[in-house]
Amino acid sequence: MDLRAQNITHCYGDMVVLDDVSLEIPAGEILCIIGPSGCGKSTLLRLLGGLEQPSDGQVLQLGAPPHGCLNPLTYVFQDFALLPWRTVEGNVSLVLEDHGLERHAADAIIDDVLTRTKLYDFKAALPRQLSGGMKQRVAIARALAVNPAVMLLDEPLSALDAQTRELLMDDLIALWTRQPFTGVYVTHNLAEAVRLGHRIAVLSRRPGRVRDVIKVPFALGDRRAGLPEMDAIQTRLWEMMRDEALAADQELADV
Amino acid sequence: MSDARPVTFRGGGFRPTARRGTGIVVFVLLIAVIEWGTRAGWISNLTLPRPSDVARTFVDLWNTGLLFQHLVPSLTRLVVGGAMGITAGILVGVMIGLFSYARAGLVPLVAAIFPIPKIALLPLFVIWFGIDEGSKYALIALGTFTPTVVATYGAVDNVDRTLIRMGQSFGLSWMSIVRKIVLPGSLPGILSGMRVSVAIGIILLVAAEMLGAEYGVGAYILQAGALYDLERLFAGVVILSVLGVLTSWMIGQAEKRLLRWRS
Ligand SMILES: Nc1ncnc2c1ncn2[C@@H]1O[C@H](COP(=O)(O)OP(=O)(O)OP(=O)(O)O)[C@@H](O)[C@H]1O
Ligand SMILES: [Mg+2]
Repeated sequence: MDLRAQNITHCYGDMVVLDDVSLEIPAGEILCIIGPSGCGKSTLLRLLGGLEQPSDGQVLQLGAPPHGCLNPLTYVFQDFALLPWRTVEGNVSLVLEDHGLERHAADAIIDDVLTRTKLYDFKAALPRQLSGGMKQRVAIARALAVNPAVMLLDEPLSALDAQTRELLMDDLIALWTRQPFTGVYVTHNLAEAVRLGHRIAVLSRRPGRVRDVIKVPFALGDRRAGLPEMDAIQTRLWEMMRDEALAADQELADV
Repeated sequence: MSDARPVTFRGGGFRPTARRGTGIVVFVLLIAVIEWGTRAGWISNLTLPRPSDVARTFVDLWNTGLLFQHLVPSLTRLVVGGAMGITAGILVGVMIGLFSYARAGLVPLVAAIFPIPKIALLPLFVIWFGIDEGSKYALIALGTFTPTVVATYGAVDNVDRTLIRMGQSFGLSWMSIVRKIVLPGSLPGILSGMRVSVAIGIILLVAAEMLGAEYGVGAYILQAGALYDLERLFAGVVILSVLGVLTSWMIGQAEKRLLRWRS
């Protein structure tokens, strides 16, 4: 299933946050979205997943979601959004309970996603007992459990420290390599975008417009930090971002 | 670098920890001082009864079986009235927390009922519900109802909205979101509100037994008070205090069990 954002404009009151944004998210690809603070990236993601309605334009699902998909558009949140009163297992089972699955089918799904995210041994742990990186892995496991057509990730790693981020990045790449998923990945971190994105959309400062969409011409598995071609892309992104970020900063200071 | 000094410690504090037995020591000390004062004469026995006399009254109450004759009806009133008030309070509180119209319509009403001294309404309740148990249940129920409502809708308001958005984003049904996210999330606030409600219930118990109650801790205290029988008065007061400590402990245990997930 593909996802398409068609001429999306969104306003909060008088403030235009997104201006005529059109994006294609073909199945099996990860689209990274970068842009200066406050340019509407999170808003765009909420619009894509139907948590908010655009002032103008529309979001279209093209084609049918894959077989066995319980929740086509599935989020991974920056702050994990785990229920603190449920165990790791309970948090995953939460999103399966409304679908009338048989007990053993649900258990099989839970075991599968917990194994894939290396959390099987922590089934019975409560969120407060987990580190930030593990909490985010639980959130990823929960998202995988519903077999989404498109995963919507809003800065999923930005609440974590640099080492954990690296590890989770590798985990995400491994997950994608084993079973390609469609994703929209919002981030501040250019290195992350270059590592994970098949294409990278650069948004301008508010009101957010699509400045450019850059293709990263390497297979996800072949990318290494420090590869010259990738550094070149990252530099190009940074040059685009710098002016926007500077201008955005200036505007914020003026308010 | 010759004048090396250790850095003075200035952290710590502001974090009360459990200190076993301290509470009991304070109680015992206070009682010992009063006993000593009343025996030595620097507290006249018109000011305070002698603790040992109160204890004797208490033993008499126990031996004659009068204690349970008073305690059982009181506890029944507290449990029935409190259960009605708290259940209705949680229900209304959750509705106010979830529905805009319920909030707009009921919050002012609750704010209007809250400050009324419920004791003042006792005659009215007697007319409505009769002089028997009905009016007593109603008084305690109304008294526990309002604080429960306020605590509950505050707790519902405080449930993390990102968790609710998460539930919606996974397509959970409205019922599931309420049952699995809103209610567990507001449980801490509801339980701490129950502490207040139950205490108010105990206060109102005495008021409820002012009219037409032959037996009951409140009736016992009021009879003793009318006769200026300080020993019996205090024996009754001690029963109420113990009841307060006991219910508070019970809620503490419930919190320990139900809120184990909190750090
Ligand atoms: N619910 C809302 N009501 C009003 N204004 C909002 C709302 N949500 C976001 N905004 C505003 O819209 C703008 C874009 O917000 P958004 O969170 O989408 O930006 P962002 O690109 O994700 O920023 P960041 O990089 O800081 O995460 C901001 O100026 C923000 O203040
Ligand atoms: Mg954001």
